[in-house]
Amino acid sequence: MSDTAMEYDSIDRAIINGLLDGFPLSSRPYADAAASLGITEEALLTRLRSLLERGILTRFGPLFRPESIGGLAILAALSVPAERFDEVTATVNAYPEVAHNYQRDHRWNMWFVVATATPDRAWAVLAEIEAVTGLTVVALPKEHEFFLDLRLTA
Amino acid sequence: MTDAHLTDQALIAATEGGLPLTATPYAEIATRLGVSETAVTDRLRAMLADGRIRRIGAVPNHYRLGYTANGMTVWDVADDRVMDLGAAVGQLPFVSHCYLRPRVPGLWSYTLFAMVHGRSRAETDAHAAAIRALLGDALRAGEILYSTRVLKKTGIRTAGRQPVKETS
Repeated sequence: MSDTAMEYDSIDRAIINGLLDGFPLSSRPYADAAASLGITEEALLTRLRSLLERGILTRFGPLFRPESIGGLAILAALSVPAERFDEVTATVNAYPEVAHNYQRDHRWNMWFVVATATPDRAWAVLAEIEAVTGLTVVALPKEHEFFLDLRLTA
Repeated sequence: MTDAHLTDQALIAATEGGLPLTATPYAEIATRLGVSETAVTDRLRAMLADGRIRRIGAVPNHYRLGYTANGMTVWDVADDRVMDLGAAVGQLPFVSHCYLRPRVPGLWSYTLFAMVHGRSRAETDAHAAAIRALLGDALRAGEILYSTRVLKKTGIRTAGRQPVKETS
């Protein structure tokens, strides 16, 4: 996260900002999107491949609501002693059900999301993590969603 | 599979990793699923309309766009006002996620969560101050938890969510 220099040029920026939403549902969507950006279809495809390869974009495609997939995502926190941080990180990250995990500067210093196809499985993963680490898991399933989207511009 | 048998699940599995970067991505997905191209685009259009899909397009890595000061702001707000105030906080342009979550007695007292993003801590702190002002006298306490390290980020994938863990 340190390499935040401008790794993308003005065309990349126009692509990122112009295609956050509304990608056409047409037969030649890249051609249509490229036309609105004033570039060619091939140029757009090449640029997108490069942005994805370089990790500036994580994905290009539909962004599904987790509930529409029928599962459950639970935010959970652990308070991990510094000397155990790497060990507990390895334990938590080993679960494929852990979608992401962040270290945060707080007494509750590890925050992760467990996303599973069934609610029972999500709670089972949290119980296992608690049993294996011997640490208390604070589970904070959402009770209401006011807003969720990330549309930061380049 | 015929068009009538196209399921959301099949379409999600075929596209959650991203659209094919070829001239005719929907036709390619349709071929993979054994349905027509219009079945794919009609279904995606319906899922967008009812919110099962939020949007179709670019999903940037916000760190790489320079948004390195990512704070999870958490607030203890009076229960009888949190629904109205949460809706207002969710409307702020720098808030990406805004949720109501439970208290855990003795361990966790903040119920309103709002993720805020800035290109510097000063910018993100200013965003948090704006939320604090909006919450006004309904606010009992609040904090910002800055992320200091991404330990894992694979995103939510149905493929990785099968209830099959060897050790269980």
